Amino acid sequence: MSNLSVLYDAPGPRARRRNVSYAVAFLAVLALGSWWLISQLQDKGELDWAKWEPFFTDSRVWTTYLLPGLQDTLVAAGLSMLIALPLGALLGIGRLSDHWWVRAPAGAIVEFFRAIPVLLLMLFANEAYALWTDVDRSVRPLYAVVTGLVLYNASVLAEVVRAGVLSLPKGQADAARAIGMRKGQTMTFVLLPQAVTAMLPALVSQLVVIVKDTALGGALLGYSELLRNANLVISNYGNVLASFAVAAAMFIALNFLLTSLASWLEGRIRRGKRSTGAALSTTMPGGMAVAGDVAGDAAGPAVGGMGPSGGGAGPSGDGPGGTGLNIP
Amino acid sequence: MFDFLDLDRYDLFGAFWTTVQLTVFSAIGSLILGTVLAAMRVSPVPIMRAFGTVYVHIFRNTPLTLIIVACSQLLAYTLGMSMGAEFATDTMSFRLAVLGFVLYTATFVCEALRSGINTVPVGQAEAARALGLGFTQVLTLIVLPQAFRAVVAPLANVLIALTKNTTVAAAIGVPEAALLMSDMVEQEAQLLPIAMLFGFGFIVLTLPTGLLLGRLSKRVAVKR
Amino acid sequence: MRLRRTTTLAASLLAITLTATACGGGDDDDSGNGGGGGGDEIVIGIKFDQPGLGLLTPDGDHVGFDVDVATYIAGELGYEPDQIVFQEAPSPERENLLSRGDVDMIVATYSISEEREESVDFAGPYLLAHQDLLVRADYEVPNEEAINDMTLCSVSGSTSAANVQRDIAPDARLQQNNTYSQCLTGLENGTIDALTTDDSILAGYAAQPEHQGKFRLAGLELSDEYYGVGLPKDSENLDAVNEAITAMVEEGAWDEAVAEHFGPAGYEPEAAPEIGTRPEA
Repeated sequence: MSNLSVLYDAPGPRARRRNVSYAVAFLAVLALGSWWLISQLQDKGELDWAKWEPFFTDSRVWTTYLLPGLQDTLVAAGLSMLIALPLGALLGIGRLSDHWWVRAPAGAIVEFFRAIPVLLLMLFANEAYALWTDVDRSVRPLYAVVTGLVLYNASVLAEVVRAGVLSLPKGQADAARAIGMRKGQTMTFVLLPQAVTAMLPALVSQLVVIVKDTALGGALLGYSELLRNANLVISNYGNVLASFAVAAAMFIALNFLLTSLASWLEGRIRRGKRSTGAALSTTMPGGMAVAGDVAGDAAGPAVGGMGPSGGGAGPSGDGPGGTGLNIP
Repeated sequence: MFDFLDLDRYDLFGAFWTTVQLTVFSAIGSLILGTVLAAMRVSPVPIMRAFGTVYVHIFRNTPLTLIIVACSQLLAYTLGMSMGAEFATDTMSFRLAVLGFVLYTATFVCEALRSGINTVPVGQAEAARALGLGFTQVLTLIVLPQAFRAVVAPLANVLIALTKNTTVAAAIGVPEAALLMSDMVEQEAQLLPIAMLFGFGFIVLTLPTGLLLGRLSKRVAVKR
Repeated sequence: MRLRRTTTLAASLLAITLTATACGGGDDDDSGNGGGGGGDEIVIGIKFDQPGLGLLTPDGDHVGFDVDVATYIAGELGYEPDQIVFQEAPSPERENLLSRGDVDMIVATYSISEEREESVDFAGPYLLAHQDLLVRADYEVPNEEAINDMTLCSVSGSTSAANVQRDIAPDARLQQNNTYSQCLTGLENGTIDALTTDDSILAGYAAQPEHQGKFRLAGLELSDEYYGVGLPKDSENLDAVNEAITAMVEEGAWDEAVAEHFGPAGYEPEAAPEIGTRPEA
């Protein structure tokens, strides 16, 4: 049900009037609330130019605190994503293995690291690097933050991957085996490519979590990420709400960029589905064109049935299955 | 190694009990707000859909620490709202923290539910509409009940994340586990053993939740 | 970035760090996170976010009383100012920074206590601070009893917060926050009555240009906090640092630093405490 307008009939004249009145009432409440908030803040002097001025007139606020902070946030988040994604995929596939001695440790790792707050993981990582490695202290907070984020998020991503693969129709694996593919081939050529599309939204929302969680490394380990540096702005200028608003805006913009990028990517993958299938068949041994077609055909219904496909997390509104249900 | 563990001086179980309470109240609140948001995002009124979308984008993309601290700074410290409790008491910061967690976690509940709605076959809604049900009826009687059953596992993940996220409440002084931890570290000057103790505490809280709800999700799943 | 004995994870981390920072342009930012750790520099842990004691200013400089003390001591130990690397020492991390050898010393509002002396050595003390209240300029605190009826704010997990709850005013309503700045919002808007911690820290906030004339110290001496210079256990520098502090006081540099950083708040700390003074148990 990716086109959500199937939930209601095309509005007639009466329904349209009712909808308009709902909209007006809702807008009125919203406007009243914002007006009250703004007037209160004005009263308390929180909207005074003096509190906001540093962000507009003093470029040092940006060059000393906010931009370096943003850079450190990006570095930590980027590294964590690069490592957590393959590691998560590996763990997820490991949990699906037929051998108990692969399945059990993968499961234990995933469950363990999902259970502990990231902040504590970062703390332990910091301690471990200090005790057992020669990582220089100037980069150790970065290492600790990245390690904490990787351990936690790889575990979550492993679950996403596992759920994505399990959501595929059983026939996919059966068909692959029937045409003589080995288990590894089944996974890499048949299951994973289909699962990736289905789990993209969940993946992206986890990447957003990574970006936000870098903020945890600031307070305790002194990693100079964006939020900690915003706190330094506050220490210098005494403008708590203004600095928080700016920091929040930067985080929101960053994450919005990330989700937009992902939904664009998702759209591309979906559009290129057919050709992907064909391309796959050429890389497979022994004239497996049939397998490629099977994968291509089955992708439609499989994706339509999988939970987050219809834009579960990203801003993408239109899923692939929304054919013929578009009610004007 | 654990000689710092003076239970008379440090109320370890009380702190973890506060963590549990924070989790439970926030979970209930976010389930309600998240459902309302999800309903808004699929509703026929465009302005509500827009509001739901904007809300989710703002709150889901902001670090939780920022949301919790902003709640306390804006509502309590600037506007003087004490959430019906006496000002500057633990009760006040508890309620502010719950508010913050609800505002944040509701976006995840909303998105999980929306994807759950996507798993319901189109025919279900079409049949309901053919019977003459309106939008609210279609949603509450037909679609949501099925959607909820499909998203037990994602919601369990949200709940586990919430449990661990309650550590952020220490930022505004809710006397929960993380605050007691920083208190103990400051007083006893032994970071690692204390952190290990609290890590273990969280494992005890979250592991059973995950296992129980995982089992539940298999039992209630709609077989298709 | 030295790396001798690491796991594969750390190795791959490093590889990607190198490429990532290369793309990002420029290595570390200028927040002074520390340098290589060679023999010709001294690494000192200070606060970055405490006006009056240790603050990272928009120009990227470190300014404050603790910074001056640290610079002076380093000078006596034979380090020029450009050989000093300042590293942030968050309160919960202070003992670890020392015991791991991340920093050579810590000058960061570090009050001497028995528990802490089990894991680190303290030189000094170099300042005797007292727990006090910061109130709005027009607010009167008649006596210590009255604190029980007040709404207080402090930093979570801090010694000051624990003092209030256990000894000073168990009945007072105490709000604990992440940073002192968060408490100031409440003080400014009249939603809390007082911010409580060491008077040296409070003076720094009272003296900030944004707050000048708005707040004042209540002048109560609710506790004795002896600020020491944290050193690794059994440090060979202990005597040298003690001598440096003595020299700083005798030469008058101590008084100058006090006047420069605490003067604007109208706060005059007690005369420099004698070396080796310890809080009474």
